[in-house]
Amino acid sequence: MRTVVRVVERIEETPSTVTLRFPYAPAAEPGQFVMLWIPGDDEIPMSLSYVEGDRKGVTVKAMGATSRHVLTIAPGDWIGLRGPYGNRFDLAPRRLLIVAGGSGAAVLAPGAERVVAGGGSVVVALGATRAPELLFRQRFAEMGARVEVATDDASAGFAGYVTGVAERLLAEEPFDAVWTCGPEVMMRKVLALADARGVPTFGSTERHMKCAIGMCDACAFGPFHVCTDGPVFSSGQLRSVPDFGVFHRDAAGRRVRF
Amino acid sequence: MAELGVELAGVRLRNPFLLASGIWGESGASLAGAYRAGAAGVITKSIGAAPREGFPNPTIESYGSWGMLNAMGLPNPGIDDYPKEVEIALASGAPVIGSVFAGSAEEFGRLAERMAALGVVALELNLSCPHAEGFGTEVGGTPPEVERIVREVVDRVRIPVIAKITPNTTDAPALALAAERGGAAAVSAINTVRALAVDVRLRRPVLAHGLGGLSGPAVKPVGLACVWQIFERVRIPIVGVGGISTGEDALEYVMAGARALEVGTAVAVEGAGAFGRLARELSALLDELGIARLADAVGVAHAAR
Repeated sequence: MRTVVRVVERIEETPSTVTLRFPYAPAAEPGQFVMLWIPGDDEIPMSLSYVEGDRKGVTVKAMGATSRHVLTIAPGDWIGLRGPYGNRFDLAPRRLLIVAGGSGAAVLAPGAERVVAGGGSVVVALGATRAPELLFRQRFAEMGARVEVATDDASAGFAGYVTGVAERLLAEEPFDAVWTCGPEVMMRKVLALADARGVPTFGSTERHMKCAIGMCDACAFGPFHVCTDGPVFSSGQLRSVPDFGVFHRDAAGRRVRF
Repeated sequence: MAELGVELAGVRLRNPFLLASGIWGESGASLAGAYRAGAAGVITKSIGAAPREGFPNPTIESYGSWGMLNAMGLPNPGIDDYPKEVEIALASGAPVIGSVFAGSAEEFGRLAERMAALGVVALELNLSCPHAEGFGTEVGGTPPEVERIVREVVDRVRIPVIAKITPNTTDAPALALAAERGGAAAVSAINTVRALAVDVRLRRPVLAHGLGGLSGPAVKPVGLACVWQIFERVRIPIVGVGGISTGEDALEYVMAGARALEVGTAVAVEGAGAFGRLARELSALLDELGIARLADAVGVAHAAR
């Protein structure tokens, strides 16, 4: 169930974000994640940023100690993998709005590629703290999506949060669905904006994760487990979870407010 | 339709299936979900005096259909933070059994009092975690230790006390007997079986902690043997646990001597739907065998010897 492989490629996407590519044959769908084991350190959940074929990839942003360690991994280094786990994005929407904050774009890009390849149209509201941190700006443009950016420091595009861009796009254009991933407070705002326009939302969520197979409850999210019921949840599910955008749980299971 | 309801240490259960400790149980909503899905009762994650993060990952190695190996390391929010989760679980109507772990009899007693005060119907003492230094088997692995801890807790609470004992010993029935002498209302067996996985490419144990505990179908025969032997030595009821994933597994445990059952790995593999399926399978099997009440089948396999 666990595979140990050598990393074959390392790509610096932004100053704080790195993509690792590795051979991994199990079939995966956009939205699914793997448990990435850094031998001697820890094992963390990572959504696949590349799902096609036998050469999968993850795109990791420096956040905690382990993700900072991941950034030092070089081609030839061993990593462990299990999965893919979790559900996937529904690829049916023909007119899709993607709202990505920070490293959230890593989760959303593979599904966007599938939607575009299937003849759908994709508009991406892409937000970051500053212009060099806009993740996959080029990848989204190359796949044929329209990209509108926002930066906290006004170094590119809309000055402010990406939800400002999303609000305008939702007011100006019709969409069949919104996909979002990023800081949960942002996602909660996106849900409210899309609800106001009657557009269904699918959000990819994150929680502290241990077993990843629905046993340990570390990733409890209201009545759900992010590992087996998610990580992608619908508008109705997100609205039903009192935790959403309010609190997560630490490694001991204590509630921690966002 | 056969009667699946059983009574365990004075607690009425609508069927024999309890959510085993350690599966879910960090959040009240998950416990409530197990009850709504058909569990007769739910056992909390083992709660300690202080918050504990548990071991780093990897904490689990899955073996597909035959089970899994884990060394979670007793992660829990601590007794100060846990009352709101118990409150949510109780609000669903679930009989909640509070599991506690501690490093000494005195600490067990203090924790048990606090857990009992939350309104749980019974306590389960974790005397059997196979991998956490200073807890579990390390403090409850011998008969004198088991007896002393159980007596301390029984003296301090008014609700039934269940002692969960380890299979990682040459004489599990002696532990059960010690629990009975200490005043336990029931004994649950087994906890996970100490086990190891090694990654040959990395030349290291897979789990961050090294040793872990095996659960799931692979350990069922081990659990059955423990329940069988315990039944011959003690009079208090036995809660059977270890690899129950079908109605027939459940009846095997009952016929070996279990009065109630805990389900863990099967719930992790299948989700909460496992509870409804197990009850349906067990009910159909009892009907097929002409057994009117599950309680009538407790320990019947011993008569054939």
